[in-house]
Amino acid sequence: MKPIESFEIPEPSKVNYINAQYGLKSWLLTKDHKRIALLYLGSITFFFFIGGLYAMMIRLELLTPPGDFMQSATYNKVFTQHGIIMIFFFLIPSIPATLGNFLIPMMIGAKDLAFPRINLLSWYIYMLGGVITIYALLAGGVDTGWTFYTPFSTTFSNTYVVAAGLGIFVNGFSSILTGLNFIVTVHTMRAPGMTWFRLPLFVWSLYATSLVMILGTPVIAITILLLAFERLAHVGIFDPALGGDPILFQHLFWFYSHPAVYIMVLPSMGVISELIANFSRKNIFGYSFVAFSSLAIAVFGFLVWGHHLFVTSQSVYAGMIFSFLSFAVAIPSAIKVFNWTATLYKSSISYDTPMLYALGFIGLFTVGGMTGLFLASLAVDVHLSDTYFVVAHFHYIMVGGALMGYLGGLHYWWPKISGRMYPEGWGRFSALVIFVGFNLTFLPQFVAGYLGMPRRYHAYPPEFQVFNVLSTAGASILGFGMLIPAIYFVWSMRYGKHAEANPWHLPGLEWRTQSPPPTENFAVTPIVTWEAYEFAPAEETEVVGKFRPEMERI
Amino acid sequence: MDATTEQLHGHRSLQHHFENMEQQREAGTLGMWVFLVTEIMFFGGMFLAYTLYRSAYPQAFASASNHLDITLGALNTGVLIFSSFTMAMAVYFTQTGKPRPQVICLVLTLLLGLTFLGIKAVEYHDKYNDHLIPGRLIPGRPFGPEVAQEGDHDPHKLHLLPGATVRQVELFYWIYFAMTGMHALHMIIGAGLLTFLLIFSLKGRFDPEYHSPVEVIGLYWHFVDIIWIFLFPLLYLLGRHLEHV
Repeated sequence: MKPIESFEIPEPSKVNYINAQYGLKSWLLTKDHKRIALLYLGSITFFFFIGGLYAMMIRLELLTPPGDFMQSATYNKVFTQHGIIMIFFFLIPSIPATLGNFLIPMMIGAKDLAFPRINLLSWYIYMLGGVITIYALLAGGVDTGWTFYTPFSTTFSNTYVVAAGLGIFVNGFSSILTGLNFIVTVHTMRAPGMTWFRLPLFVWSLYATSLVMILGTPVIAITILLLAFERLAHVGIFDPALGGDPILFQHLFWFYSHPAVYIMVLPSMGVISELIANFSRKNIFGYSFVAFSSLAIAVFGFLVWGHHLFVTSQSVYAGMIFSFLSFAVAIPSAIKVFNWTATLYKSSISYDTPMLYALGFIGLFTVGGMTGLFLASLAVDVHLSDTYFVVAHFHYIMVGGALMGYLGGLHYWWPKISGRMYPEGWGRFSALVIFVGFNLTFLPQFVAGYLGMPRRYHAYPPEFQVFNVLSTAGASILGFGMLIPAIYFVWSMRYGKHAEANPWHLPGLEWRTQSPPPTENFAVTPIVTWEAYEFAPAEETEVVGKFRPEMERI
Repeated sequence: MDATTEQLHGHRSLQHHFENMEQQREAGTLGMWVFLVTEIMFFGGMFLAYTLYRSAYPQAFASASNHLDITLGALNTGVLIFSSFTMAMAVYFTQTGKPRPQVICLVLTLLLGLTFLGIKAVEYHDKYNDHLIPGRLIPGRPFGPEVAQEGDHDPHKLHLLPGATVRQVELFYWIYFAMTGMHALHMIIGAGLLTFLLIFSLKGRFDPEYHSPVEVIGLYWHFVDIIWIFLFPLLYLLGRHLEHV
């Protein structure tokens, strides 16, 4: 790698955001976006392992055709809780609340998010939602599927639907406040010279994500609230026995929950844009296309929810429009994939761990996206609806997409976050293990689903066993692969090599301050005079660095 | 805080992560606008349900709507519009640095808000008396209005138009209570915010330089009013002409 020496970083100070203050109180009452990001990091990792535990139970049950490991009622609870925990408590907050929280102010040259207290509040709300949900799990669980379809959820299920729903309702406000904070921060807190088109693409994608958060989450909030009332007080707008319409619930639910997929994958796309440009040391191909495609995905994402209702009573004309729009949302996604690959062309690629995740993402996301087109086709969807094909498809997006981006980003910014390097060899090894394990888990599910294996059953005909054995074997590898980073990240916090301010030699603002950063991020508000991903030779890069003492006189 | 420190550190109400008061004010205002967008989506779910079922059960909705007290509803509309006016004046007096009229306007707004809630409570109580609280929202008192027969003009009985069923009327009342109840909850929160503003105003915290809390809470107050401006015609007025058919 050719280092960029065109900017100066001040002498690293011993004081940074981690050791600026000590004690539990200094963490629990912090208003520093970086500390709040770490609070989130700890909590979502906790939920990730609970969700992972449920995944393991699912795969264990499906190893053999008969339901021998658990009963059907237990199985229903296990897959429901896997979905609720992973979606609402891991994937949705994952990148925005940790990496986004940490990096948005640093990337735009601000001291903090616009509303630091609201930021802390959003973590407490998240934890409250988490505690309520954990209560629901411990008290007896919930078995409706993460989709809470009525009238099963309102009338027939005798599990802890209200408690689980309340947990999700509360957690939604954390998501809304995070989105609100990001939007206001990007609008009002950018450093002088940091124009919209100089923003790193990660910021663009989180801006688009925030739009989805603030527009979609309130709808699921009111929907779940009405559902809880319907269950508790027997007042109904969803229950046909009370004159309501259960399909209204599905419309309202998917109006949020389809865009929620973009809440999960857009931030990941932002991370990938950073990784691809920075690890191929080349300006991203088609910056404005990548930036606007994020917004396009956020907007189109709100117009496609009806493709979840192809097999309900939804009118066939509505189905055709939703099908068309679902195909349309593939266009901005494809723009991103093409621009990333075009960026790689004739660039100088380095295969560090984050880049391995990024390259893995491109492949897995493409598979996930293309199989989505099968499901968006009216006729094919009738065959594939509620089969393992759907399960495989959305895991390719959520795990192959969102999770790969999250892990890649975590490795990439780990030196900045912790001030330590992770072990590169172990990093590359685990990235490969995760990639292999992931594909072994979910590729066979496409086939099983296409052949007709339905989802959400604890037993299945013996002819599907070979796919399920492959899948369970893959899940074991995947689970093992996930443990490795969990171990070495913790290890590196104490024993890792000290990271320099800019270990990857990159031009982004977050790399122009010490690692870990001081509480106020930058000693003086930076003045930005360079474009994003400017990898021009040093002497051609005009840098008016705030760190040059002579600049302060200007 | 004396003038010198104020020059060095900016206004006493300037938070450390903002460059200046202008940036802080902009962030606060934009934040509230974004929040109001989420509120629109939140109420939007209920408006959607309302639209769906009104088009499905027009007679039942008209029958149920006719049972609502239009006088109290109209009075409440007037009260809220007037409170929006006093709120706007409170913002104006804060910006121009007139603390006395500012406090008076805030007190008026708060009183008008409480008046609204009081009238709403009277209405809710009337519905309770007529057994119109849907489902088992009140334990031990299920929905069960007396249905008026032909020629019976008792206003406490439910007058069903042809084609309407009691079940559908119950659906209307659930939507009515969900929407007005959620609106009333927002009014209560608004009253709390006004109290907070009032305390800070009496302490003299606001001045022409620093007035964004008043402005931002004003935005919220106007928003809650506007929700009612939509609720009143949708719930009370639509279908009223069918009464005499």
